[in-house]
Amino acid sequence: MDSILFIIAAVAAIGCGLNLVLQSHPISSALSLIGVMSSLALLYLLLGAEFIAMAQMIVYGGAVMVLFIFVIMLLNAGAEKRSDKSLFARIFGFPLLAVFVVPLSFLIKTTFSAQVSDVSFGSWVGGTAEAVGKQLFTKFLLPFEVISVLILIAILGAVVLAQKEID
Amino acid sequence: MSFFIIVTLVKIAIVFGVFMTTLAYLQWVERKVLAHIQSRTGPLRVGPHGLLQPLADVFKLLTKEDLMPPHASKFFYLLAPFIAVSLALVSISIIPFGPVVDVPFFPGHKTPLGITDLNVGILFILAIGAISVYGIALAGWSSNNKYSLMGGLRSSAQMISYELPFTLVIISPLLLANELSFRGIVNSQADYYLNFIPRWSIFQMPFPQIFGFIIFMIAGFAETNRIPFDLPEAENELVAGFHTEYSSMKFACFFMAEYANMVTIACVATVLFLGGWHPLFPAPYSDWVPTAVFLGASFLLFAQGNKIGRKGDHITFPLFGLAALVLAGVFAVPMLQTYIVPIFWFAAKAGFLLFVYIWIRGTLPRFRYDQLMHFAWTFLFPCALINLLLTALMVALFPNQK
Amino acid sequence: MDHIPLSAYLILSAILFGLGVAGFIFRKSVITVFMSIELMLNAVNLSFVTFSYENKNIDGHIYSFFVMVVAAAEAAVGLAIILTIFKNRGTLQIDEVDSMKL
Repeated sequence: MDSILFIIAAVAAIGCGLNLVLQSHPISSALSLIGVMSSLALLYLLLGAEFIAMAQMIVYGGAVMVLFIFVIMLLNAGAEKRSDKSLFARIFGFPLLAVFVVPLSFLIKTTFSAQVSDVSFGSWVGGTAEAVGKQLFTKFLLPFEVISVLILIAILGAVVLAQKEID
Repeated sequence: MSFFIIVTLVKIAIVFGVFMTTLAYLQWVERKVLAHIQSRTGPLRVGPHGLLQPLADVFKLLTKEDLMPPHASKFFYLLAPFIAVSLALVSISIIPFGPVVDVPFFPGHKTPLGITDLNVGILFILAIGAISVYGIALAGWSSNNKYSLMGGLRSSAQMISYELPFTLVIISPLLLANELSFRGIVNSQADYYLNFIPRWSIFQMPFPQIFGFIIFMIAGFAETNRIPFDLPEAENELVAGFHTEYSSMKFACFFMAEYANMVTIACVATVLFLGGWHPLFPAPYSDWVPTAVFLGASFLLFAQGNKIGRKGDHITFPLFGLAALVLAGVFAVPMLQTYIVPIFWFAAKAGFLLFVYIWIRGTLPRFRYDQLMHFAWTFLFPCALINLLLTALMVALFPNQK
Repeated sequence: MDHIPLSAYLILSAILFGLGVAGFIFRKSVITVFMSIELMLNAVNLSFVTFSYENKNIDGHIYSFFVMVVAAAEAAVGLAIILTIFKNRGTLQIDEVDSMKL
């Protein structure tokens, strides 16, 4: 059962990723990215990471992508104009991508298939919110506090950049 | 197939059927209650006291012309009501309606009343609420209509602004219960202080969550785009907001999604703050409350049936009184009491909150958009934050309060 | 049925990262470029969670959480910058924003 779910989620993730790169209108790309994030949330659930799956949907799918969609709708971003500047990119683009990804995959497969076990749903139940919380407030306390300062800086930056100019 | 799967499928069928009927009749209740607040009578003609009005509305919506506006993005136009209604309907699946009971004809097995339970149930509800913003934003944008776009963007901005106090105020009863799953939260509200005050979250001792409950209801009104926060879909302001260009079944989808969100917020408030299925006073006496309520209702219906002068009332009121008597009898059978008394208490609390939704709709005027956003960011968010801080302080100072 | 080997998750992460790089290099609309960056960050998150499963250690989830928070902050500031670019140059195609002079 978990292999069926993995295949569905993986095919959906790759399909939505391809759709993001190939579509010309930004809003189709944005919805494809939401599809990628949902498939990744399903994969996190298969890996036993229940808190991260829900945090992914709430933070990425519910806040970051809403921000993207707002900006696309407010700026009325149209479909991208096709530009014919580089013949090299049009012919060699995707083959070069394959040259990047295929040896990497082969390397991963040979490094990891000998020693590690397979992923089975339910064999690790340690991904709870309680475990994440315990580590966040003991071992990772300083990064946690620093990240809250980072969010504050980001809020201030966004407010300053987006405010109306005082003429 | 395994027994667990069959029992779960039966539960899904029952919950889905009851939920869809509730959505249809919630619309009837809303029209009747609003009408009586406004000194008129509401639907009366279609069936006795308008009880078949939802059926007539479904026929009307099914047979309307299904048009698509010109130059609309077809895929997103059709996707938006699909997202809205499917996400709104899926959140009913993790809400617990009752305790773990024996399966009726199979003595060895037990099953919880409620479809399922997640370890991170609260986060699931928050995630569903966050994603259902897309249904509205896409509906507004894809209709190729400036009023729809403005309504959609305003509504989405309102929903994500009110998600902040909503999330913060949900954390406070979680601190008291020390659980993220819905069933765990309800189980932690089980006892009684001094043997008669229930240990619901709004009465729980290190810090009673009364302010949290009020903030939750206010943020819930804003999340579901109900009055007083329904400027984005108000009829005299923005034609009809984001669902202007939708007709027949697609409009019915948005309509169902709004009522389903209302029911979800009422159920989540019942589970988090009002103690779920636990009765108001301890067990042996509270099992007879449903019977008493239905006996009282039947008495009232029989007594009023002679007095009201409308045409068919001397037939319909005694019939309803008879139905209430049958229900009182059903609730008095001790074997069925373990199943349906918890569901009665849950439905009574959620029903009371839905009545408060409709009552406020009939009573308050609506906010202007900038007042609405100002209220969220400068008043409700600090209130939710202070509620969370005080709860955390009291829980840290007085742990394991019983 | 068979269980899925761990390398399948890592290969999926590599493929998504490659697609993100492709989008980043080949696309012209600045919003799509930014979304490709988010895709790359998501692929890395999948790797973190996979390794956390392999070592049965919760620290991978914490790193993934921090990556999510940083990505959210970056999205906020980056979209504000995109709005400013649109306000000043009037275009969202990155090869038309090619002069330093305003």
